[in-house]
Amino acid sequence: MELLNQVTQFVISGLATGSIYALIGLSFAIIFNSTGIINFAQGEFVMLGGVLTIFSLNVLHLPLLAAILVAVAVTTVIGLVFERLAIRPLKNATPLMLIIITIGASILIRGLVMLLWGKDTQALPAFSGTDPISVAGATLLPQHLWIFGVTVLVIIGCRLFFNHTISGKAMRACSFNRRAANLVGISVGRMVLFSFVISAAVGALAGVIIAPLTMTAYDVGVMLGLKGFCAAIMGGMGSGLGTVLGGLILGTLESLGAGLISSGYKDAIAFFILLLILFIRPQGLFKKGETERV
Amino acid sequence: MLKIKNINAYYGKVHALKNVSLHLKAGEIVTLIGANGAGKTTLLNTLSGIIPTASGEILLEGKNIVGQAADRVVSLGLSQVPEGRQVFNPLMVEENLELGAYLRYRAGGQRSEIAADLERMYQMFPRLKERRRQAAGTLSGGEQQMLAIGRALMARPKLLLLDEPSMGLAPLVVQDIFRVIERLRSEEGTTILLVEQNARAALKVADRGYVLETGKVILEGKASELLENKDVQRAYLGRDKKEIWER
Repeated sequence: MELLNQVTQFVISGLATGSIYALIGLSFAIIFNSTGIINFAQGEFVMLGGVLTIFSLNVLHLPLLAAILVAVAVTTVIGLVFERLAIRPLKNATPLMLIIITIGASILIRGLVMLLWGKDTQALPAFSGTDPISVAGATLLPQHLWIFGVTVLVIIGCRLFFNHTISGKAMRACSFNRRAANLVGISVGRMVLFSFVISAAVGALAGVIIAPLTMTAYDVGVMLGLKGFCAAIMGGMGSGLGTVLGGLILGTLESLGAGLISSGYKDAIAFFILLLILFIRPQGLFKKGETERV
Repeated sequence: MLKIKNINAYYGKVHALKNVSLHLKAGEIVTLIGANGAGKTTLLNTLSGIIPTASGEILLEGKNIVGQAADRVVSLGLSQVPEGRQVFNPLMVEENLELGAYLRYRAGGQRSEIAADLERMYQMFPRLKERRRQAAGTLSGGEQQMLAIGRALMARPKLLLLDEPSMGLAPLVVQDIFRVIERLRSEEGTTILLVEQNARAALKVADRGYVLETGKVILEGKASELLENKDVQRAYLGRDKKEIWER
């Protein structure tokens, strides 16, 4: 019984971190699909979400909700500026060059945040207290519920956007066939800009909702980014639901491994899974065969 | 409607269009025939703003469109149905058509007008209506070609460029496609520039034609005259070949 309760506990916290990985994974996939590049500055957007919320809260003395909105908005603008300054001017660059630029940008953002706010780890207060809720012998924090709720909302929002708005459909068209999209009048550059904006916003939101649980600092983006990347790979860098499942599986396995084996192996488990998938199923766990006729 | 004056363009390092000039009057079907690599597709992509024009003028209703981005060219009334269809496979048939009207949505066009156009497309291509909720990638080649044409028409172009619409299709389907082209002109009054390797069928529907060879216009004239032209017959229609060889 003791063990079962423990396992439930690990699964709950695993699903919570998994939700975060899922969101970060989605933000990777959104940029990848419209540009073919992997944005290694993605983790920095996540970090900015948390750090800027704490800044708005403690220094600007904004109420929590306003602080979150400011943090997400500022991060989104940073994503937009990043695309304008670092990605758009390089029209003929290969994806590899652009990927290296994103690595440079991530180091730059991390460095600036370190200079401005120091190296201290800071915590964001939980959104609605820390009184644990007991579920099936395990304890659930109110913050966990926030994480699940926000994740579900973001996923629904993304689905609505990509399937039911003309801009969302245009982005999908563009990721499938740029030339044809261009020929119906869709501006590819605009779609790339959109993807950075959405991706920065989703990443920042993930950073905000995780910050009360894990605390945040200038360098949390590296690990979170890589885990999110891992989730995106599991989902085959595309199919929205695959990435979400990838994130949840990753978070759960990590949490179970850390709890039952040793917490020292927490990160190793994630990267072991990443390598395993890249070796065995590089197309992702859930990718179906393409329906295509020539 | 369209006047091209001495345009030159490069495909990579190849000088693909050499001083090409041609024109289309409103309501005309003009065909561009020529062998593989003659520069037909390059010409269409130059018009669409995908390949830069090195020199020369492209006047669309008197306005020079050289140097305009591809999405801008569409908004000026010139749409292209690209070679090989290039429909958006993962998207539904209906979504493909809606995206054809992308610029109209963006310009705040009347939703009811766009919906009416959608309905018109379904009338013209009933098969597409049956399959409106299906992924475009699951359609047959002929249906995809209809979809690609419908998608381009959703932008309400003044001038439609068709790049090899019969490519890779069964002979019966090819007939359907050419019937559609005739209907576009008679019912919609669309001006069409048709690029084809199937020279005979193209010349039959067209009013006039141009023959392109290694980037140059070597012949032009009424479609009926080109059909009778001995050089054209020999090179593109496959007639008289034997007699010449025997002589």
